[in-house]
Amino acid sequence: MIYKDIVIIGAGPAGLAAALSAYENGVTDILILERENFLGGILNQCIHNGFGLHTFKEELTGPEYASRYIHKIEELNIEYRLNTMVIDISNTKQVIAINETDGVITIQAKAIILAMGCRERPRGALNIPGFRPSGIFSAGTAQKYVNINGYLPGRNIVILGSGDIGLIMARRLTLEGSNVKIVCEIMPYSSGLKRNIVQCLDDYQIPLRLSHTITRIHGKERIEGVTVAKVDASMQPISGTEEYVSCDTLLLSVGLIPENELSRKAGVVINPTTQGPFVSNSLETTIPGIFACGNVLHVHDLVDFVSEEAALAAKCAIKHIHGIQKHEKLISVIARAGIRYTVPSSIDPCEVDKMQLIRFRVSDVYENQYISVYFDFERVYHKLKRILTPGEMEQVILPKGWFDKFPTVKNISLEVERK
Amino acid sequence: MTEVGKRQVTCINCPLGCTLEVEIHNDESIIVTGFQCSRGEDYAKKEVLNPTRTITTTVPVLNGDVQMVSVKTSSDIPKKSIKACMLALKGIVVEAPINIGDIIIKNVCNTEVDIVATKEVKKK
Repeated sequence: MIYKDIVIIGAGPAGLAAALSAYENGVTDILILERENFLGGILNQCIHNGFGLHTFKEELTGPEYASRYIHKIEELNIEYRLNTMVIDISNTKQVIAINETDGVITIQAKAIILAMGCRERPRGALNIPGFRPSGIFSAGTAQKYVNINGYLPGRNIVILGSGDIGLIMARRLTLEGSNVKIVCEIMPYSSGLKRNIVQCLDDYQIPLRLSHTITRIHGKERIEGVTVAKVDASMQPISGTEEYVSCDTLLLSVGLIPENELSRKAGVVINPTTQGPFVSNSLETTIPGIFACGNVLHVHDLVDFVSEEAALAAKCAIKHIHGIQKHEKLISVIARAGIRYTVPSSIDPCEVDKMQLIRFRVSDVYENQYISVYFDFERVYHKLKRILTPGEMEQVILPKGWFDKFPTVKNISLEVERK
Repeated sequence: MTEVGKRQVTCINCPLGCTLEVEIHNDESIIVTGFQCSRGEDYAKKEVLNPTRTITTTVPVLNGDVQMVSVKTSSDIPKKSIKACMLALKGIVVEAPINIGDIIIKNVCNTEVDIVATKEVKKK
């Protein structure tokens, strides 16, 4: 048995930032476990720029952003094991992992930080009729083939879903000489960031078909084409609108799912909306001493916010180790009309320093409506938003003073309001 | 010469993606509204006068611990030079070791911008 103060599962942006924050805040007995043979996680294949504007005040590519953290991890000699797969976590914070050199290792942690990230929704989750030909990839897999392995997945591409990775790959494949014919999105709005619509699709005249989906995949050995159809308001294909589009490759960019198999094994309660753990404002899951951050908690738009969240998780883990968490009372944070979810889902006012950040997503597109925050029945925050879309994460900041002003508050609720 | 009138552009500098209103006047003055930081104002002016983009791609590596090294233009290049820039990179192969910032092509397509590595690659 190995004993560690903090065990971090995953060495992507969340895991690395958590490790660094833990070290800088005085806990150096750390172990990072990573299943790949390199640090940095998915950032390594995100070769595009736009990372780091918040954290480093400059625009970096994914590999550059990761290297800033990797260099510090190496410099500080923070222990990590690569090619190491965690297979079990217990509610007593025991971690079982395997790798080729050590065999099975058991680690008893004082605190665990979950930083496993997320995975892509696969074809199987979509129920598109047709055979199972080759040439169908999730957008991230195609990204790995192109950027890490140097393979081109195909020449004539159709993309289903307008998630950010799909948009990024539309541009990437165009630059590599492929013909990206269309991007279909079943919703009436894009699920990706506006900037990616502009710089990945508009710049290259790639058409985005909103309220369109794929109703059939053609081809037996290799994909030969797809049937594209318009959908109605209840997302059902409208008969008569079908159109055949030939292609040799179909990319799916239809959503990301936090990877919480291990969390579930430990007994962590998962929020069915985010598919990530329920956490308090200490980013602590329903099991004391197990914390979560980054895309395993909820899918982020920005790596900068992942790093920030991970740094906070590490600070809270240190408080847990030192036994200075207060746990006096928990206020529930409730997502009401128009709000899909909030992180955190509960707040301990004693753990609020100067202010409390609440991150959330809305459930539909709203124009010129208000984000309101209620402390029980009292509205404390009411802000006009020109546009709110589910694709862009929003936040509100609650000053510490409000918690002092409402010492008996039981519920804090967020809502999208007309006026 | 840019057309006089109003245009809407979406700022691509950060994921906020601010919608910016650009007014181009007869006297060639440009007024930008809707930005949340100075980067937005600069972007909108550039976008109507001379739109530019940073290009990122990959180049094969010989004798490295990975097959490909990611690269970028060291600053943004005119949109009209993107294709030429990609063609200039065709067939380029580099030898490990490579450090972040190493120049892969100097002054690519006479843009006065270099192609630089964005990833460290160790020798195999």
